[in-house]
Amino acid sequence: MNADLELFIRQLINGLNTGSIYALIAIGYTMVYGIIKLINFAHGEIMMFGAYFAFLFATTIPTDLPFLVIVIMAMVLAALMGVATEKIAYKRLRTAPRISALITAIGMSLFLQNLALLIFKPQPKVMPELISKKAIIIFGIGVPQITLYTIGISILMMIILSIFIKKTKAGKAMRAVSQDKDAAMLMGINVDGIISLTFAIGSALGALGGVFYSIAYTQVYPTMGVMPGLKAFIAAVFGGIGNVGGAMLGGYVIGIIETMTKGYISSRWADALVFGILILVLLFKPSGILGKNVKEKV
Amino acid sequence: MKKIKYKPLKISSKYGILRIVIAILATFFILNFLINFGILSRYYSTILVFICVFIIMATSLNIATGFLGQLVLGHAGFMAIGAYTAALTAIALKEIITNDLLLFVISALAAVVTTAIAGLLVGTPALRLRGDYLGIMTLGFGEIVKVIITNLHITGGAQGLTGIPRIMTFPIAFWTTVIIVAIIYLFMNSRHGRAILSIREDEIASESVGINITKYKIIGFVLASLFGGVGGAMYAFQIGYLAPATFGFIKSVEIFVIVVLGGMGSLSGAIMAAIFLTYLPEALREFEKYRLLLYSILLITTMLFRPQGLMGTKEFSLTKALNKVIRSFVYVYNKFVSFFNKLFQKESEY
Amino acid sequence: MNVLEVENLSIMFGGLKAVDNFNIVVKKGELVGLIGPNGAGKTTIFNLLTGVYVPNEGSIKLNNVNIINVKPSQIVMLGSSRTFQNIRLFKNMTVLDNIKVAYHNEMDYGIFASIFKTKKFKDEEERANRVALELLRVFSLEAFSDEIAKNLPYGKQRKLEIARALATNSKLLLLDEPAAGMNPQETKELMETIRLIKDQFKVSILLIEHDMKLVMGICERIVVIDYGKIIAKGTPEEIRKNKNVIKAYLGE
Repeated sequence: MNADLELFIRQLINGLNTGSIYALIAIGYTMVYGIIKLINFAHGEIMMFGAYFAFLFATTIPTDLPFLVIVIMAMVLAALMGVATEKIAYKRLRTAPRISALITAIGMSLFLQNLALLIFKPQPKVMPELISKKAIIIFGIGVPQITLYTIGISILMMIILSIFIKKTKAGKAMRAVSQDKDAAMLMGINVDGIISLTFAIGSALGALGGVFYSIAYTQVYPTMGVMPGLKAFIAAVFGGIGNVGGAMLGGYVIGIIETMTKGYISSRWADALVFGILILVLLFKPSGILGKNVKEKV
Repeated sequence: MKKIKYKPLKISSKYGILRIVIAILATFFILNFLINFGILSRYYSTILVFICVFIIMATSLNIATGFLGQLVLGHAGFMAIGAYTAALTAIALKEIITNDLLLFVISALAAVVTTAIAGLLVGTPALRLRGDYLGIMTLGFGEIVKVIITNLHITGGAQGLTGIPRIMTFPIAFWTTVIIVAIIYLFMNSRHGRAILSIREDEIASESVGINITKYKIIGFVLASLFGGVGGAMYAFQIGYLAPATFGFIKSVEIFVIVVLGGMGSLSGAIMAAIFLTYLPEALREFEKYRLLLYSILLITTMLFRPQGLMGTKEFSLTKALNKVIRSFVYVYNKFVSFFNKLFQKESEY
Repeated sequence: MNVLEVENLSIMFGGLKAVDNFNIVVKKGELVGLIGPNGAGKTTIFNLLTGVYVPNEGSIKLNNVNIINVKPSQIVMLGSSRTFQNIRLFKNMTVLDNIKVAYHNEMDYGIFASIFKTKKFKDEEERANRVALELLRVFSLEAFSDEIAKNLPYGKQRKLEIARALATNSKLLLLDEPAAGMNPQETKELMETIRLIKDQFKVSILLIEHDMKLVMGICERIVVIDYGKIIAKGTPEEIRKNKNVIKAYLGE
């Protein structure tokens, strides 16, 4: 196969890999924003803790646990952590001015980061290769197994989530609460429970992204959630914050743009470009690609 | 025993300004004396200068976040622009201008110009955005400033800028701070200040009574930026060395915590919180590694339990503070009296 | 010259025509009522008249000046001001300051004067203080001038909002459901207040209301809308008997 084409396809696959991770994390941001109109700054830290949980299960437990078990346990713990942060910090501020909740979210993010720094120490730890990085040849191109797993499982999760939101009662309840919390409460929907469920799902998916990220980059460290969290957030805004489909779309777009820029231009410009996209979106279409312009009722 | 009835103290406000001026002069002369006669070592005079820097940073951010009510998360960016502008100006002029005060004033003015321009450039598009989005935008701005400084040759890049004349002294720092806080206070006590406050209270209502909200949002934002620039200049001349890593999101958060803790919308609150939060890390040097953890816990608990911070939107009032103290004394005394009386009653029953 | 002339005003939200071919003329010193069932589009019309929304079709002339695409704050300077359905006071500011904010454009000193407390500053502030207290006196609120606005009882908050709208020296006042949440006694007082300000301040008033006693009691003319369209215009007597109006309110 032509070398240029091969490079392009390879970069595209990398982009899909990064995009899958960003999409998983972006879903968490967008679902929480959709349901309580809060930018959960601490979401990147949940992703980081998810990776650490997987690391702990993989290294401290004497028996060799299968990948699936480790991942599910990490996701469950992360989900509990997400629900806990909501109950401790955000719940009381549901009726407070938005600025208060935002400040609390920033505080929570800092808190979790520094907690991890104290517990795990700043030095990065090596993440065991729970899924091999060895390449499998597909159509003449070598694709690392981890990449296949990341993209495959992420897409599977997104399909399951979409079905859940569209078809199940809980999913409908989530959509109702994000439209009008008070009306949903009057309809008999357990709003607190739905909000907790939202945080649980978002955190679990974010943790999954964290696990894939740490296996691919071989490291876990306390500030690993900052950049991917920020980029995933930009992806969520790009796709239309509050819109789950938008978060998925945004994740892949940002992931591919970042990878292509890294591959064809330079690494340093990649970050600047992603930030630039954020500024442009905020300036020209703050509601994002798939979002709607909602005017404040006077 | 008889109980006391609480009567609030009424201190005449006629000589209010005179009292404040005397208090400021007294503070200056006492501190200056202590420094000049070596009672307060160089270590403490440095801390005092840093306290002044953060008072300026917090009161300037208060204009945009406390008074105007806009979420600004990148204030360290303006501190950086001010610091580097002043530093580079001073480095360029230090051979020509020998008077330290003059050098500071000229460099600070240069800092004001560049920061004001930056404030205008960032504010004009950004202030069209609502709450959360504005916060993200300003956060992005702060990071972009850091990236630019890191990649410019003239600023010394990631290694930092050295050779900055260390011309900062306690008197310069103190009086610059007093002047800036006074300007902010006087500005807010005018129709322009009321216009800005009305935007925080209810933007739509403000516009409906004729306030040009775009104009005042930009005025507030630019004022916050340029005073922040002066704070940065002061910082540069104290430390003598600048590195871009100093001015990241963490620095913005540190300033933000001061404003939140002091009360968004209170100058005296910001001053008190700045003193407390600048001195505390110095006093607890051994606990440096817990500092950010404590900050974050402080931030969260303040928002959960006392979101209005120390002073809320009000200013410190000596009368009110004294009355609170008197009231608590009276309360405790009266409790004691009733306990005492009950004791005697029981005895006389025998 | 008419204070307000609106012709063929329409606006669409998504696929829905919220206001359809709305016309109205308000003459100097008139008190006109705008009524209709909930969701008929009354507040939308107010938002169009105050520049919050931009219409898809039609023209709006305030004192013969076109105000479409003019910023809301500028429309105030051209002569109209409003109150809101859910009171929008500057809650944490004093009652006096709420009035002073509205008086902003009647004052004339810059930032320099504020900082250096020049004579101009002192004179203008003293004048503003006087005018604001006078206004509060008319509404029997001057005793509360230093009170924080959010501490006022509901009825007084409504009065303050109307006073604030008057402080802009507008000649057209748009009142959006001023009697909402008031008991009959308070409503009666409100009617008196509105009559008083019409006579004392020589303003024209366009009033949205649901309280029929108030509307029939003080309005000289009434316009009725339903589903964004005008279904009747006339004097209170004529409207009371109008079949279309009765149908709209009570159903077929």
